[in-house]
Amino acid sequence: MDTEVTLRVDGVEHQLTVDTRTTLLDALRERLGNTSPKKGCDHGQCGACTVLLDGQRVNSCLALAVAHDGGEIVTAAGLATDGLHPVQRAFIDHDAFQCGYCTPGQIVSAVAMLAEAAAGRPSTVTFDTPGDGPNGGPVDLAVDPDEIRERMSGNLCRCAAYANMVPAIQEVAGS
Amino acid sequence: MRPFRYERAIDPAGAVALLAGSPRAAYLGGGTNLVDLMKLDVARPDLLVDIRGVTSRSIEELPDGGVRVGAGVSNSDLAADPLIRRRYPVIAQAVVSGASTQLRNLATVGGNLLQRTRCLYFQDVTTPCNKREPGTGCSAIEGHNRDLAILGASPDCVATHPSDLAVALVAMDATVQTLGPDGGRRIPLTELHRLPGAEPQADNVLTHGELITAVDLPPLPFATRSWYRKVRDRASYAFALVSVAAAIDVADGLVRDVRIALGGVAHKPWRATRAEDLLRGGPVTEERLRRAAAAELADARPQSDNAFKIPLARHVVVRTLLDLASDAR
Repeated sequence: MDTEVTLRVDGVEHQLTVDTRTTLLDALRERLGNTSPKKGCDHGQCGACTVLLDGQRVNSCLALAVAHDGGEIVTAAGLATDGLHPVQRAFIDHDAFQCGYCTPGQIVSAVAMLAEAAAGRPSTVTFDTPGDGPNGGPVDLAVDPDEIRERMSGNLCRCAAYANMVPAIQEVAGS
Repeated sequence: MRPFRYERAIDPAGAVALLAGSPRAAYLGGGTNLVDLMKLDVARPDLLVDIRGVTSRSIEELPDGGVRVGAGVSNSDLAADPLIRRRYPVIAQAVVSGASTQLRNLATVGGNLLQRTRCLYFQDVTTPCNKREPGTGCSAIEGHNRDLAILGASPDCVATHPSDLAVALVAMDATVQTLGPDGGRRIPLTELHRLPGAEPQADNVLTHGELITAVDLPPLPFATRSWYRKVRDRASYAFALVSVAAAIDVADGLVRDVRIALGGVAHKPWRATRAEDLLRGGPVTEERLRRAAAAELADARPQSDNAFKIPLARHVVVRTLLDLASDAR
């Protein structure tokens, strides 16, 4: 069943006709040629398809395009505006990937994760240290390795390059 | 995925009317479970009615000191809400212990409560499953059942309810507000989900088209000291083997009130009333906690691969309440 949707992807508006079954991921990859988000599991388990949707990270494989008509999407490709994004730079500096398939999802997730932590949004690790900061969390939420691992747990890496991703993200958090 | 029509509801009554007229229609919230089940051909709606624009996304104080959570609030926003974190930390903690941030950003409160079991056979249309296709049999009873029920199961179904949030809400005595073709009603969270019995196809007591519009939390001052402990196979991003939501009110060394609910053990979030009754009025000692936990699990019956869950559940109850009572967490 065809339907018209408008999606703003990495700053560019697109109007397209999609079947109601089309996910955001398939709309991006198959219809708009943006292959930055990857199809890993296609069931919301691996995080390779992570994009920012209206400012929040989501699994684009579980979001129906028709349900997000008018949505503002940022993919890993769209993060690089004036040269590489600091998180992209840090991933290169720390050799934070091997095959690279999960990397765009990891990078989008890391960018969102840093913003969430800065806004005081909690993780399970945060609850070990409640406080008077934003949202009842610690005043300065430490983006330490435990917080990074917990907050990045929705992005799997089959090569297990985690060991270098954690310091890459920590470096950006501290800069 | 099978073809379906998509409609965006204009208001709650309109959403209910759309579903009432279509026996195979389904509501679409965040879609994180439903869209997945549609890909797996487990869910086969011919019409999706998008309710994200019509269910409330606000969290507000009630005149009685309780809190009302709109059914459209995202799981992430619920966990980050200052009021929830201060008054009912167990709820915020339960939410962030489930799924990933990407999923919690999409998932709604109403949808979280209505997500389906993650029993492998329910999700695999090539195998018999009484929940998916009544009368075909249960593949889990003699199959992979390590993650499944130890309490309240039936010969027809040994599935568990996967929600963490629901376990915390049951412990807090929350109530859901619904709107159906025959009007609105309020259902205590403890009565929303059901045991499988001979009709495992029904996860809950809602009728077709009945829409959850809000979750009401009663005032519970001692819930400011509440805790959610989840035990799972990996440190993050996994469903519970066993979880416990607990709050305890101790005065002059005696338990004035206590709330305990277990997750990962039954077809519904399991309110541990037997243990609560045994604990009220006495001191908080490890011995008394052990006896209360043992009484709660006395009727537990393991599946072939999950006998470990029974002592695990007992230990998690004891440890969580000891930590809460001593504030040593």
